[in-house]
Amino acid sequence: MTQPTRTGARSGRVARSAVKEQNLLALGMVSPTLVVLALVVFYPLVAAIRESFYTSGGLDADGFIVEGEVFTGFANYAGVIGDRFLNATLNTTLFTVVTVSLEIVLGTAMALVMHRAFRGRALLRASILIPWAVPTAVSGLMWKWIFQADGVANTLLGTDILWTADGVWAKLAVVIADVWKTSPFVGLLVLAGLQIIPAEVHEAARVDGATAAQRFWRITLPLVKPAMLVAVLFRLMDALRVFDLPYVLIGPRKESVETLSGLIWDEATRVNYGPASAYGTALFVYIALIAFVFVKLLGADLLSDVRARKKGGA
Amino acid sequence: MLLRRSGLIGIALFCLVPFYWMVVSSFRRTSDIYDKSPVPAPWSLESYSAVFDEGSGFGRALANSLLVAGVATVVTLLVGTMTAYALARLTFRGKNVVLALIIAVSMFPGALLIVPLLKLFTDIGWINTYQAMIVPSMSFALPLTVWNLTVFFRQLPLELEQAAMIDGCTAFTAFRKVLLPLAAPGVFTTAIIAFIATWNEFIIAVTMINNEALQTATVRIAQFTGAAKFDTPFGTQMAAGVLVTIPLVILVLVFQRRIVAGLTAGALK
Repeated sequence: MTQPTRTGARSGRVARSAVKEQNLLALGMVSPTLVVLALVVFYPLVAAIRESFYTSGGLDADGFIVEGEVFTGFANYAGVIGDRFLNATLNTTLFTVVTVSLEIVLGTAMALVMHRAFRGRALLRASILIPWAVPTAVSGLMWKWIFQADGVANTLLGTDILWTADGVWAKLAVVIADVWKTSPFVGLLVLAGLQIIPAEVHEAARVDGATAAQRFWRITLPLVKPAMLVAVLFRLMDALRVFDLPYVLIGPRKESVETLSGLIWDEATRVNYGPASAYGTALFVYIALIAFVFVKLLGADLLSDVRARKKGGA
Repeated sequence: MLLRRSGLIGIALFCLVPFYWMVVSSFRRTSDIYDKSPVPAPWSLESYSAVFDEGSGFGRALANSLLVAGVATVVTLLVGTMTAYALARLTFRGKNVVLALIIAVSMFPGALLIVPLLKLFTDIGWINTYQAMIVPSMSFALPLTVWNLTVFFRQLPLELEQAAMIDGCTAFTAFRKVLLPLAAPGVFTTAIIAFIATWNEFIIAVTMINNEALQTATVRIAQFTGAAKFDTPFGTQMAAGVLVTIPLVILVLVFQRRIVAGLTAGALK
């Protein structure tokens, strides 16, 4: 943590001589990404927000189909306070909180175990990649099979639960399937962070008499935090827009597991483009709010790194 | 020691048992699909022949998936690695804006993408083309790649590139000749992440393509469901699932060796 000042002073000398060159190089290196994102994200975003204020294909006073699109203000947003939208919001939120918490705990535990392992480490890391390599659509089918009324889950548990019927057990089935599929991914990201921690730091702490618990809370966890935060951020964003898992595992238009993306998809396939875009915009705002709060924590970390370097260089 | 070993075994069981059950079920006969024995008795390829009977062109769908995910991954890495380097190492105006944009993009809900892209691709004649799947895939693969690599590059020692630049390398040469070889493990991990993310893509592929010859495997597999609601062909589904997953498992095993080699090389330094 004392490093930025030391390297900063050195980088200052290098940076000053090459400020212009760096600006130009950065422009060249960053612009391809920006062009791609402009085409596949920013354009659709603007188009969708615009769409959410228009309606098309409606009937006019004489019963004729209206040609083109008509501006309708916030009419498409009427459904946002409806029961179905609120239910979908609640489902999405519950799913996100439960799965991301479980996954970060399980993933970190997996990373710690794998980091210490020497024998069979390659084999273990290959096996940990498998749940994550299984496509979500396939994993949905797989868990649907496992959770059949006369499937293996009920046999092992000695129960007769209707997991894949619409109800509270369906929520649990979706959570289990997602935790199985994604904890290894979190573990992989955390493991990458663990491996960058120099062994000397741990040795020094051990020499100074730190216990294993102290080393974990005071050294491992703070040093692995950047990798972990990235994992949590990605998981949050992914979980909030979940679509295919509940769709394949339980089915579309099931009240207990309908997510916001599921609702948007349903409206879009019924060619209700206006409401679909309105719900989509609402989901976007919801995700942006949560991400904003999260990035306030993470972003501070990222930017303080940049600032420290800049300050050192000046 | 015992704790550690049981931890390892626990992880392996957690990851492999559900997958194993899918594999086992795919080798049962349709008549004993509800058996609970851990090994199929007798073994049968009935479900696998059903996969290829039914769709006619399931192999083609697998090849399509390979093409779409492969091209998307290569392009994403080419573009994303450079951007990640600029974000991690260079000082330039608007850097925080670019970072914020990429964070913003990674929270973009795919469901919102469908309607506008469908309209756009209809206008420019991209419906039923490979690029209609490849280009939108980058909307989620690219932010993911840039993010992962930015964090990874930041953690590598700055001194090596500085030494190279003092010795007369340009920033770009330092990136290519010094940082990139060091970052190989991170780049490979990111490549796997990007490939699997694009291979698993579903909503865009099912929306932009209605020509069966161009469908990807994940879309094709979903068509084994639904039709017969009360008599789901679970054996066929499991066999198709195994077939869709096998290329990824092979890939994971191949890349695995390279990652391990890369990490050991780094540790020896």
